[in-house]
Amino acid sequence: MDHTRRTLMAALAAGALLGAAHATEPSGRSRRPVRIGLTPVFLNDQMGFLLAWKEYLEAKLQRPVEFVQRQLYKEIMDMLLGGRLDFAWICGYPYVRHRAQLRLVAVPVFNGKPLYQSYLIVPAENRDTLSIDALRGKVFAFSDPDSNSGHLYIQYLLRKMGETPATFFSRTFFTSAHRKVVEAVAAGVSQGGAVDGYVWETLLGIQPDLVNATRVAARSPYFGHTPFVARTDTPAADIAAMHGVLTGMEQDAQGQFLLRRLNLDRFIPGEPKLFDGIAHMMRIVNGG
Amino acid sequence: MADKTLRLADLSFKYKIPLRGSVLIIATALAVSVALIAREYDDFKRDLIDNAESMGRILATTLVTPMLHDDLWRVYEIINSPFQSRLRPDSPLAADVLVITDPLLRIYASNQPKRFPLLAEAAQVVPDFKELIDALRLRGDETPRVLDLKGSGHLYMVTPILADGVLLGTLVMGYPRDIFLPRLFAIIQRAGVVTFFVFLLVLAASWYWAQRFAVPLVRLADCMGRVGAEIPADIECRLEMADSKDEIGRLSAAFQRMVLGLREKAALEKRIVVSERLAALGRLSAGIAHEINNPLGGMLNAISTFRRHGQEDPQAARTLSLIERGLTQIKETVAALLVEARLESHALARQDIEDVRTLLQPDVSQKRALFDWRNEVAAETPLPSTPVRQILINLLLNAIHALDVGGRLACRVFTGDGALAIEVENNGRHIPPERLDHLFEPFAHESPEGHGLGLGLWVTYQIVEQLGGRIEVSSRPGETRFGVTLPLPVRA
Repeated sequence: MDHTRRTLMAALAAGALLGAAHATEPSGRSRRPVRIGLTPVFLNDQMGFLLAWKEYLEAKLQRPVEFVQRQLYKEIMDMLLGGRLDFAWICGYPYVRHRAQLRLVAVPVFNGKPLYQSYLIVPAENRDTLSIDALRGKVFAFSDPDSNSGHLYIQYLLRKMGETPATFFSRTFFTSAHRKVVEAVAAGVSQGGAVDGYVWETLLGIQPDLVNATRVAARSPYFGHTPFVARTDTPAADIAAMHGVLTGMEQDAQGQFLLRRLNLDRFIPGEPKLFDGIAHMMRIVNGG
Repeated sequence: MADKTLRLADLSFKYKIPLRGSVLIIATALAVSVALIAREYDDFKRDLIDNAESMGRILATTLVTPMLHDDLWRVYEIINSPFQSRLRPDSPLAADVLVITDPLLRIYASNQPKRFPLLAEAAQVVPDFKELIDALRLRGDETPRVLDLKGSGHLYMVTPILADGVLLGTLVMGYPRDIFLPRLFAIIQRAGVVTFFVFLLVLAASWYWAQRFAVPLVRLADCMGRVGAEIPADIECRLEMADSKDEIGRLSAAFQRMVLGLREKAALEKRIVVSERLAALGRLSAGIAHEINNPLGGMLNAISTFRRHGQEDPQAARTLSLIERGLTQIKETVAALLVEARLESHALARQDIEDVRTLLQPDVSQKRALFDWRNEVAAETPLPSTPVRQILINLLLNAIHALDVGGRLACRVFTGDGALAIEVENNGRHIPPERLDHLFEPFAHESPEGHGLGLGLWVTYQIVEQLGGRIEVSSRPGETRFGVTLPLPVRA
């Protein structure tokens, strides 16, 4: 009940603000581009899609939009926290780590829930492995050091076994993107990998040959899906506007089209406590 | 072996020339192709090594940072991207083995992670590396080098990955040797196609050439083969290139001359044989005639004396008459054999010849023959008229006799080249060749109808001989021709 009311209020605020922005145009501030940091929590290398989404956001926000991509999650986080980005679509792990400085703007809904899993994948020809235990002494691929599904979850599992990746595996490496973890496992560079379940499922529709060269050996519990965030000091009006645009995407045809490309149902406002599970794992892994 | 060689040598030039042309062009094509392919192989190998070395240097430089950062995925992406077989499956410069070893010679990364797993001992998993292991132990000051291992299917380019002189790892790029093959096959194929068309062209040209060259030779050889057994008729051995000035032309002309000479010689020999035989016969018959004439004269005289003084015994008179008729017939026959031209008769005049026509006209009319008479003797000719008329009558009588009813007869008498010529032609029954050789012999060809004694031509021949002339005869179906040439005496 409380959740619904807040959503409604946010939507109203956004609507009012959009109207106001419209009325006062052209003001100096409205022409400053909105800078949005993107990370490989989704398939961020599809440039055609990104262009269409950018145009969509510009039309809705009535402002230029700039997408910014970097190699590592950490770089995007540094830019966001350093004020060089207004928004970023990041992983739950960096969100809980910097929760105090961040505000939740929206959370994607995948298969009906704002949740996703981490998949433990192995090469398709490996038919026996059903858990991480069987991968002792093997080469293992992580996506990004700051990824929940692609790193933290495995660290958490090993921690509970009294191990670390360095002691458990013979060799580990980071590919910096979930898609590349799938590539590494498919090519046999590593005998196992941790990957964002949402990315794996989405990629299955785009590159079935690649994805079918891997097999999901185990699935993690559900975690809060990758949040779209702003800094706490981002102007409330901007946050409200972005919030309104994202959550309203399912309302129009172009928005629905883009959501389908993202393989998402919609964006919802979301709640910080969605990420409590990740926060718990972080404490275990870091706390020792 | 020898048999085979012999058979090849026995082959006609018609086949030998195109065969030699074909062998020549194939040998040339083979030689050129082999040279080109060898050259191409060397070029290609050098290209490959140059390319591999620059590629190795670029990769080694690019790999330094990710290896320093131990960024395995980046290393994998770097070594994999230029060699994505999906991108250029037929690229001849693509290494199929690409391995980075760490300084301990374990696999750091490779383009075939499933074949060459990470951290495995390189010498254990990569073929050839056991043999290459010493070459792979690089120091910090090494440059890229080629390892051309005998018996290996690969050519290796080994490049150290150096950071400030410190060896981080070794990049080994393996190129399969058989990547040359498609290119070499393409060259061979192209050479094959070109050779094939040139071959067809040369074959056609040499075939034509062989025909031009060999056909006259073959015909000449055939004709020459027949010389000896027979004298080839001129028509059958007409050689097409006889008018050219080359060796074949000269050969043909010489052959023509030889055949001509042979033919003349044969004809001459035949004439000599005939005339010698006839001369012998003449001498023989003259001898016999003299031997017979002496007793004959005595016997006839005896019969005459007996008649004058003997009794009138009718039985004896009948017997003597019978003997006398027989002896007279012998005398006539002997006289006929012993031809003696009466040279003392008057000189031949035009009228003498015309008289012959008149004399024979009844016989001609009887056969209802067409008589083409051409008496071209204008003036008096210094030849005795009697023997000439006898010759003419004999020839014409024979001709008329041979004629069928309604046939054609021609006679021409003329002077020219210091001789009198008589030509008698008819289109009646011809004289078979086997009879021609003995035509002028006495009794050789008594006519089936019992016409005369068969001495007409004998007599004619003897007279012509005595007048120093020549008689020639040719006969084939539809045309029999006698020609007599009598030289005119040179006036004093």
